[in-house]
Amino acid sequence: MKRYSIFAVAREALRYHAGWERAWRSPEPKKRYKVVVIGAGGHGLATAYYLGKVHGITDVAVIEKGWLGGGNTGRNTTIIRSNYLQDPSAAIYEKARSLYEGLSRDLNYNVMFSPRGLLMLGQTEHEVRGYQRTVHANRLQGIATEWIGPERVKELVPILNIDGPRYPVLGALYQARGGTARHDAVAWGYARACSSMGMDIIQQCEVTGISQNAGKVTGITTSKGEIGCENLAIVVAGHSSVLAEMGGFRLPIESVALQAWVSEPIKPCMDVVVMANTVHGYMSQSDKGEMVIGGGTDGFNNYTQRGSWHHVEETTRALVETFPIISRLKMLRQWGGIVDMTGDRSPILSKTPVEGIFVNCGWGTGGFKSIPGSGFAMAELIARGHSPLAAEFNLNRFKEGRFIDESVAAGVAH
Amino acid sequence: MLTLTCPCCGITAEETEFAPGGEAHLKRFGPDSSDADFEGYLFARKNPKGVHFERWRHAYGCGKWFLAARCTATLEVFGTYAAQTHKPPADLIKKIKAKRPEWEPQA
Repeated sequence: MKRYSIFAVAREALRYHAGWERAWRSPEPKKRYKVVVIGAGGHGLATAYYLGKVHGITDVAVIEKGWLGGGNTGRNTTIIRSNYLQDPSAAIYEKARSLYEGLSRDLNYNVMFSPRGLLMLGQTEHEVRGYQRTVHANRLQGIATEWIGPERVKELVPILNIDGPRYPVLGALYQARGGTARHDAVAWGYARACSSMGMDIIQQCEVTGISQNAGKVTGITTSKGEIGCENLAIVVAGHSSVLAEMGGFRLPIESVALQAWVSEPIKPCMDVVVMANTVHGYMSQSDKGEMVIGGGTDGFNNYTQRGSWHHVEETTRALVETFPIISRLKMLRQWGGIVDMTGDRSPILSKTPVEGIFVNCGWGTGGFKSIPGSGFAMAELIARGHSPLAAEFNLNRFKEGRFIDESVAAGVAH
Repeated sequence: MLTLTCPCCGITAEETEFAPGGEAHLKRFGPDSSDADFEGYLFARKNPKGVHFERWRHAYGCGKWFLAARCTATLEVFGTYAAQTHKPPADLIKKIKAKRPEWEPQA
């Protein structure tokens, strides 16, 4: 792989940009790999990347049904934060956030990480108490967050209406080092780095079956033939239940649609990410100037990557009181992704009842922000059989009642 | 937008009038059951990509619970039926089989 640098740009400028090579190879699958990762989204590619980088395992294939990064990695609102209440969540999300900080250099690919700061508005007394508690917890966890008053909020986000009659802004949980990144670049950067380590990324290849022998995985059947493997990582978000069924076990997952939408581009007006969880809407401004808005999930099981229209309407309507400026904005486009929700709204990084099969799923509505941390922990789990970051997120917690309850901590309906 | 017909009051309305209630026909397990059964009842859902039987409540109407058969891959609603039953009615199964010949009802 040729490195990207200012010299490369200069060199190519002198020869009509004829020398750029493809960012990753598209090989035919080999007969057998040490590790097969199903799902070439952010989490799957990050898993492969850290397997190679940290553990030296490069005999890896990443299998993708559609195109690389075309699932939830390309369908989110790109928010990155780690201000979680529970210790295991805070640890893995903070690992992810800190890896994001050095990711562009690490991958030699500009992922456009923008630590612009993130506010979670306290708009009811209950929410204020909840977020102050989170700030205290974060302080113990070593995560830099603070509680700020309404004046400071107004200073950071002048377009915010802090005196709304129904939902006044009473303060905010502020994580100055939270922010956003370019979602496609994260997938592309990991893919390029994986490919250059000699890993095979196989797109347009649907997994149709998982073969086992005496309780141990032996390989997968795909639309491009049989592929043997020692270890199999299922990292497919919304389709986790479908893959688990092929493996002969069941997961505590329900797949539902989560939507996001963007407005027409406007001049720069908001340089932080704002989450308003009482009305359950969140908004940031993209580099192109579009206001990127997300809301809540639909309540029913859904695999169609499109959600119900009324969520778009409700969320936008709710945000108008807090952001009067958006009342006459035209919405440009809307999209949906299928998120994998667990009972406690925390992810699952775990071994499964089948030896050699690992699952990484259940990130629900918070997958993008966790990509590097999730991949790092998952790679460690596969390579060493144990990962301190992933330990609490095992499947047994549902049987044993050891929930990592972020649904209550977040105080939103998710 | 889904359109559902409430079998209790007979009104056909858009999904905003209803509240979804998750998988139908769950077998309850109580305090004396095994950990695996209890976990299965509380958390392990079928979550199929395809035909799904689920609970709905006519929240902004008659307020009653009912059950529906719906395809999670296309959002097609096959039909709704009363909640006071342990399995989907035979005529509904037949109707789904006609539309999805490869589908097999699970226990």
